[in-house]
Amino acid sequence: MIELVELRKSFGSVEVLQGITAHIGRGEVVCIIGPSGSGKSTILRCINGLEDYDGGSVTIDGTRVDRSSPAIKSIRTQIAMVFQRFNLFPHRTALENVIEGPIYVKGTKREEAVPRAIELLSRVGLSGKANAYPAELSGGQMQRVAIARALAMQPKAILFDEPTSSLDPELVGEVLSVMRALAEDGMTMVVVTHEIRFAREVADRVLFLDHGRILEEGPARQVLTTPQHVRTQEFLRRVLSPI
Amino acid sequence: MKFLADAREFLPILLHGLWLTIVITFGSLALSTLLGLVWALMRVSRLRALQRLAKVIVNTIRGIPIIVQLFYIYFVMPELGLTLTALQAAIIGLGIAYSAYQAENFRAGIEAIDKGQIEASESLGMSWSLMMRRVVMPQAIKIILPPYGNTMIMMLKDSSQASTITVAELTLQGQLIASSTFKYTSVLTMVAVLYLVMSIPLILFVGWLERRMQQARR
Repeated sequence: MIELVELRKSFGSVEVLQGITAHIGRGEVVCIIGPSGSGKSTILRCINGLEDYDGGSVTIDGTRVDRSSPAIKSIRTQIAMVFQRFNLFPHRTALENVIEGPIYVKGTKREEAVPRAIELLSRVGLSGKANAYPAELSGGQMQRVAIARALAMQPKAILFDEPTSSLDPELVGEVLSVMRALAEDGMTMVVVTHEIRFAREVADRVLFLDHGRILEEGPARQVLTTPQHVRTQEFLRRVLSPI
Repeated sequence: MKFLADAREFLPILLHGLWLTIVITFGSLALSTLLGLVWALMRVSRLRALQRLAKVIVNTIRGIPIIVQLFYIYFVMPELGLTLTALQAAIIGLGIAYSAYQAENFRAGIEAIDKGQIEASESLGMSWSLMMRRVVMPQAIKIILPPYGNTMIMMLKDSSQASTITVAELTLQGQLIASSTFKYTSVLTMVAVLYLVMSIPLILFVGWLERRMQQARR
């Protein structure tokens, strides 16, 4: 469904993506791991056109992702994104955050959008927080609202950009378990993460990225338990036992 | 006692001037807000040409003294075929002159919004105008409001510049009475007090806005 071919992207003189080719199929859960600065987030941002790219192509079901074309808006309604820093709208309640896209972008009637949003909030375990403002929520709760907001668009796929990296350790679990449930429901997910255990248990495939290239890829268990490349081995050792 | 007698005599005339001061202030406030918003939105738009045009307009307006702009509109425009009453010229002149400051304030407020908000809006498929209306402006307004209140106070006082193009607002009215009666002390005291009576509530209002803004930040 998501097709990357020889994707290239530079920031100034630094080439952060040096020819990424990958295919993400419907219902697949793919985790992208790798050292910081390896270009993981940039891949996600190129998939939904938050970032331009310099070479190669990104297509969603055959439609080319082009930040400057009018079609980008419709692509973005199909590919939702969950951010590291949540990026909830602080001036709107949890419920209003969730119905914002359906009502104002997709033109869904409020009478339909609200019950659906309430259902989504309860699916992420926040039925009691519909009228809370983001400032009144914990990080884990905010991220779960952000996931509900993404789901409300009824997307074909959801991109997660380090969804647990800015959470206190004790709040990581509640977000990961919501994501695990989504994966079990068959949602197509591309997840940039440092949560190796989550990747091993939930992902179908893992891509290991280093300096803008995919150094290693394959079934999650294989890449994470018997990595072939020395850089992957080093990275996993550092992440799994940091001291 | 003499002051009270003078007040009784001149206050009705001064109040007529005060009324014009209020008309000029609110008229030019409305115009400067509207124009300032247009310049600011051009500045933050995604079209290079619009950005540049807005920059040129704002810098041109900022670089010319208000009084010269007033003269220009009142005395030069008629030669170009546009004749305005003094009051109209004052409102338009001050409105344009202040639109530059309004634009800079609005732009600062808009640019203070976290980039994550823009990315979240984009990732939902929002258009630029929808994002401005639903996400950016509702948040920016809290940042914009305190300096906006300050601009209001400055405009109230700068409305006195309309006197230079013959609008008999509070300052000119006072000047006329004072110079014809030689009662400078009592008349100009009244003028000053009337300005204070109008600006102090505004000053307190701005202070309240700023405190509320501080609390919201926490």
